[in-house]
Amino acid sequence: MTVSAPLVSARGISKSFGGVEVLRNVDLDLMPGEVHALLGENGAGKSTFAKILAGVHRPTRGTISLAGKPVEIPSPIAAQRLGITLIHQEPISFPDLSVAENLVIGQVGAKPLGRVRWAELAKEARRLMGLLNVPIDVTVPMRGLSIADQQMVEIARALASDSRLIIMDEPTAALTPKEVETLFKIVRRLRDEGRTIIFISHRLEEVRAICDRVTIFRDGDKIETATTASLTDADIIRRMIGRPVADYLHRGVSHVGEIALSVRNLTLPGRFENISFDIRKGEIVGLGGLVGAGRTDVARAIFGVAPAVSGTIEIDGKKVTIHEPTDAIGLGIALVSEDRAIAGIFRSLSVETNITAAVPKRIAPRGIIRRAVEKALAKQAVDKLSIRLATVRQPIGELSGGNQQKAILARWLLAEPEILILDEPTRGIDIGVKAEFYDMIGELAAGGRAILLISSELPELLALSDRILVMSEGRLTADIARAEASQEAIMHAAVPRSGRTAGEGAAA
Amino acid sequence: MSAISRLFRAREAGILVMLVLFVAVVSLIQPRFFSTETLRIVLLAVPLILVAAMGQMMVLVARHVDLSIGSILGFSAIAAGMIFRDHPEWPLYIGFAVGVLSGAALGFVNGLVVTLFKLPSIIVTLGTLSLYRGLLFILSGSKQIDPNDIPEPLIRMAQTSPIDIPWIVIIAFGVAFATWLFLTHSQIGRQIYAIGSNPTAAPLRGIRVMPVTILVFTLSGALAGLAGLIYAARFGYVNPGITGVGFEFTVIAAVVIGGVSINGGVGSVLGTVLGVLLLGSVQVALPILGVSGFWQNAIYGGIILIALVIDRTVRQGGLRGLLARGGA
Amino acid sequence: MNSPDMNTIKSPVSAAPTPRVIVREAAAPRPRWQVWLIRPEVVTLVLLVVASIVATRLSPFFADLGFILESSTYYIEFAIVALVLTIVIISGEIDLSPAAQMALSACLFGTAFKAGAPIPVAMGVSLLSGLVMGAFNGVLVTVLRLPSIIVTIGTLILYRGLAQVLAGDKSISGFPGWFVGIDYRMVGIVPVPVLVFIAASILLGLFLGITIYGRQIYQIGTSEIAAIHAGIRVRRIKMGLFIASGLTSSIAGLMVASRLGSVRYDLATGGELTMVLIVMLGGTYIFGGRGSILGTFLAAWLLVIIATGMTVANIAINAQLTVMGLLLIVSIIATNAIYARSQR
Ligand SMILES: Nc1ncnc2c1ncn2[C@@H]1O[C@H](COP(=O)(O)OP(=O)(O)O)[C@@H](O)[C@H]1O
Ligand SMILES: [Mg+2]
Repeated sequence: MTVSAPLVSARGISKSFGGVEVLRNVDLDLMPGEVHALLGENGAGKSTFAKILAGVHRPTRGTISLAGKPVEIPSPIAAQRLGITLIHQEPISFPDLSVAENLVIGQVGAKPLGRVRWAELAKEARRLMGLLNVPIDVTVPMRGLSIADQQMVEIARALASDSRLIIMDEPTAALTPKEVETLFKIVRRLRDEGRTIIFISHRLEEVRAICDRVTIFRDGDKIETATTASLTDADIIRRMIGRPVADYLHRGVSHVGEIALSVRNLTLPGRFENISFDIRKGEIVGLGGLVGAGRTDVARAIFGVAPAVSGTIEIDGKKVTIHEPTDAIGLGIALVSEDRAIAGIFRSLSVETNITAAVPKRIAPRGIIRRAVEKALAKQAVDKLSIRLATVRQPIGELSGGNQQKAILARWLLAEPEILILDEPTRGIDIGVKAEFYDMIGELAAGGRAILLISSELPELLALSDRILVMSEGRLTADIARAEASQEAIMHAAVPRSGRTAGEGAAA
Repeated sequence: MSAISRLFRAREAGILVMLVLFVAVVSLIQPRFFSTETLRIVLLAVPLILVAAMGQMMVLVARHVDLSIGSILGFSAIAAGMIFRDHPEWPLYIGFAVGVLSGAALGFVNGLVVTLFKLPSIIVTLGTLSLYRGLLFILSGSKQIDPNDIPEPLIRMAQTSPIDIPWIVIIAFGVAFATWLFLTHSQIGRQIYAIGSNPTAAPLRGIRVMPVTILVFTLSGALAGLAGLIYAARFGYVNPGITGVGFEFTVIAAVVIGGVSINGGVGSVLGTVLGVLLLGSVQVALPILGVSGFWQNAIYGGIILIALVIDRTVRQGGLRGLLARGGA
Repeated sequence: MNSPDMNTIKSPVSAAPTPRVIVREAAAPRPRWQVWLIRPEVVTLVLLVVASIVATRLSPFFADLGFILESSTYYIEFAIVALVLTIVIISGEIDLSPAAQMALSACLFGTAFKAGAPIPVAMGVSLLSGLVMGAFNGVLVTVLRLPSIIVTIGTLILYRGLAQVLAGDKSISGFPGWFVGIDYRMVGIVPVPVLVFIAASILLGLFLGITIYGRQIYQIGTSEIAAIHAGIRVRRIKMGLFIASGLTSSIAGLMVASRLGSVRYDLATGGELTMVLIVMLGGTYIFGGRGSILGTFLAAWLLVIIATGMTVANIAINAQLTVMGLLLIVSIIATNAIYARSQR
C-alpha cells in the first residue's frame, strides 16, 4: 500500500478494566506523514487505545513498535521521550498556573534546576496562541478559561512539542467551525512536516476533510482500516454500529399530553441565562449543542444539584422550589447524569445497593433495611432491563459500561419518575445495549413520561426527539420541531455568535 | 515574573494590610508597642517559625501537609545537641550538618511513605509525629541537652553577627530568599505548583510526581532540622519532652495566614513571610496588651479557621459564591 | 453462587452470546472465601488472637481477664469516641478534634462545678458544649464546605486553646465521691466504662449495619457526588455525624474526669492519634466507604493488649510513642493494600 515503513505498529493490543475487556486484539499501522482517523461509537475504545499509545494506560496484552523497534510505553513521560503527544478528550490543565506555563510544564529536556525564563516563555506562548488565532493573555492563570480555550491550549502544547506522533482525541467537540478550520490548517502543516496524526472525531465531514485513512472500532474490536475515499458514509456508519442505522433509529409518534415541566427564565450567572421551555407528558425533548454550551448545567439546576439563582420551575402547572436532589426526586424528577463513573455509580458497592439507592423508603419503610424486599426489587429490575451480570451482590464496577448504565436507569425507574432527564445516556456503552436503550427511552415516553434528552450525537437526537432545543454559550438558541430538524439546523444554532474572547465564555 | 507576581499580588496586599492594621491598632492601645525594641523582639521570634514555614509552605503548595515537623525539629535539635555535648572538640558545622541531614532523612521517610503507598499525608505525618517523638526519647535517653552543653558560638548566633543583625535572622531570611528563587525560577519549583494545582493531571503531563513530592517532604524535614538548631541557639537548651511540641500548629497557622491554600497550587514566599511576621507580632503583642499567654493557642486556632474561610471565599468568588448551593 | 464459572452468568435476552462477548458484560464474581478473607476485620481478629497468645506466654497477667478489663479503662474512653470516628471516616470525612473536645468539655464541667453548679447541671453544660463544638465542625464542613481534615486541625487547636483559657494550667478537682471513680464501679467483673463501650459498639454496629442511614453513610463515603445525585441528604447526615462526634467526646471527657477525679486543659492530649490508630487498626479505609464497627471493636482490644503489654514489659511511656506511630502507619498501609487488591 505505502512504500515507507510504518511509524507505529500496534499488534494484538488488549485492555481490561476491572475484569471487563474494553479493547481486544487491535492491530494498527500508522504511516509517517499521514492523518489517520479513529472512528467508532462512544465507548468503542478509541480513547483507551489513544491512552495506551500515550503511556497513560498499559495494555493487558500486545506489543507496540515505533519505527520498527519494539517499545514499552510505561508512562506519559516515556511517551514524550518517544515523541508521542496526546491531546486529551477532556482538556487537562493546571488552573493555578499561567497559560504560558501550562504550555510547557513537564516538557522533557527541561533541566530540573534549570531556570524558568519567564520572558521567553511568554513570547513563545504568544506565538503559539497566535498561530491558533486565540487572543488570550498568556500570563493569566488557566482557571476560568472556557473549555474551547482550554482545548486550544492543549493543541498549542502539542505544537510546542516536537512529537512524531500527535494524537488528537475529539479535539473539535467544543470548537466552532472557524476554530476547526484553523486547527485543520495546522494539522495539514504538521502532516507536511512528516509527522503522524491520529484524529478522533464523530463528525464524518471533518474526517473526510483531513484524514487519509480511517480505522473503525466497534465494542473494543478493530473492524477495518481503509483509505477514507474508499468508504461511503453509509459504509462507515454500518461498520461503526454493526447494522443499518434505520434498524434502531426509529420511533413512532407518541401521544403527547399536558405540560409536565415548565421552566421560565432560569439563570445561573456564568453558566446559563434565561432558559425557558416546556416538556409535555409523553414527549421526548432533545437538547443539543456543543460540549460546554451549558446543557448539563441546566439539567443539574432542574434536578437541584446546583440550583439556578433566578427563574421558575413549574411541575404540572404548580410552581415548585428545588434546593437539592431530594426535593426533585420528591417531585417525580430523575436525572441520569452524564458522568456515570463519578455522579452515577457507587463503584465498590453491590449492584443491588446501587439499584435501590434512590428509594430508601421502599427498602426501609421504618428505617431498617429489609433485605428480602431489596433483593426482590433489584432482581426484578435486572430482569426487566436485562442487565447482564453474575450476581446482584457483585460490585457494580465489575460490570461493563452499558450494564452499569442500565443499573442506573433501573435505579431511577424504581423511583417512578414523571419527568426523566437523560444526560448523554448512551455515552460509553456498548452497541447492543445502546439499541436497547433507544427502545427503552421510546417506551418510557409512550408510558406518558416527559423526557429531556441531552445528547451530542446528532443522529441520536434526530431519531428520538419530538422537538429539539439547542443551546449555545449558555443560551437557548433554537427550538426545532421534529419535521424541520436536521443536522445542519442544529449545528447552525449551536455555533456561538459572540465570537470567543479571553476570560469570557465560562459556560462550561 | 509578571505572571507570578500578578497572580499573588491581591492575596499579599491583603495580608500586608492586615499586618499594618494590627500594628496600628495595638500601637494605639499601647503606644510602647510601636518601637524598634518591639521590632527587634519580633525579628528574633520569627526565624524559628519562618524557616520551618518555608518547608511547610512547599508541602501545602503540593497539596499535602506535614504534621511531623515539631517532632523533626526536636529530633534534629537533640541529635545536634548530643554532638555538641559529646564531642565539644568538633567544629560547629558538624552539628549543623547532623541537624539538617537528620531532619532531611526523617522528611524523606514521610515523603516515601506518602507517595509509595499513596496515603493521605496528614495521617502519615500524624503517625510519624508520634514515631519521631518516640525515637527522640530513645535517642536522648530522655535526657535534656543543658545550656552548658550548647556551644558558645551557637548561642551568639541568636544575638549578633558582623553586621549587627543576629545570624539566625540572616539565615532565616536567606532561606526565604532561596526558597523564592527555587519556587519561582526553577523547573522543579513550578512543578510543585503544578502537582498541587491538579495532582491527577501532573503525571499525564510528564511530571514525576513521586520524586518531586518526596523532595518537598525532604526539604520540609531539612528546614525543620535547621529550625532545631535555631531553637538550640535561641533557647540554649533542648528538652525531649518540650522542644518542638505543638510547633507544627504554629507553623501551619503562619502559613495559612500567609495566603497559602490548603487546596494546593497557591502560595507565595512573600505571603508566607508576611504571615509569619503577623503571627510573630501577635505573639509579641499579647503580653504587651496584658492578654494572658493562655490565649495564644485559641488565637492560633481561630486564625487558622478564619484564614481557611477567607481562602474559600476568594476561591469561590465572594461570599455569594461561597454560600450558593451547588455540588462538585 | 458456587463457582465463578461463566455458565452461571445470566444469558442475555437479545443477541445470542458467545463466551467471548460475556467477558465484556461483567467480570466473573470472586469466590466467597476470598470475599471473606479480604475483609480487614479478619486481619484485626487474627492479630488480636496472636497478640493475646504472645502476651499470655510472656506474662501470666494476661491470662487474667479481670486484669485486661482493668487495664483497658485507660484506653476505653478513646475507644468509645473511636466508634463514632469510624462512622465519620466511613462517610469520607475525618474528625481530629475529639481529644480537644474532651478537654474543653471536661474543663467546662470543672469550671461550672467550681462556680457552684450542681454536678448534673455541670454535666449538662459539658454535654451541651460537645453538641455545640460538633455542630461548629459540622457547619464549617457542610455549609462552608471546607475540608474536614484541615478544619478539625484548626478546631483542635481552638478547642484546646479555649480549655487553656478556661482552666489555665491548674487542675480542677474536688468533685463529690459519687462522681469520681467510674472505672472502679463494676458490673460483675466488667468496669462500667467497658460496659458502656460494649453497649455503644452494639448500638452503633446495628446503626451502621442494618439501618438505611448506615447504608447511606457507606454510599456517601464511596462517592459523595453519586450520593448527592441519588437524592441522599449528604450534608444533613454529615452534620449529624459531627454532632454525634462532639456529644460522644463530651461524654468521654466526663468519663475521664470521673476516672481521674480532676480535669486540666491537657486532658487526653495526643488522643487524636490513639483514636485514629484504633480506627485504622480496625481496617476502616482512610478514604471512606469501607470499614466496620466490629473492626474498631476488635482493634480497641488489640491496642489494649499491645499497650498493656509494653507497660508490663517496662517500656517507657515515651518510647511507646514510637510503637504507636509505627502501628498507625503500618495499619493504613496494610488496609490500603487489602482494599486495593479487592478493587482489581
Ligand atoms: N479508567 C477506566 N476504568 C474503567 N472503565 C473504563 C475506563 N476508561 C474507559 N473505560 C471503559 O472502556 C470503554 C471504552 O471507553 P473509551 O475508550 O473512552 O471509548 P471511546 O473513546 O471510544 O468513546 C467504555 O465502556 C468505558 O466505560
Ligand atoms: Mg473517547
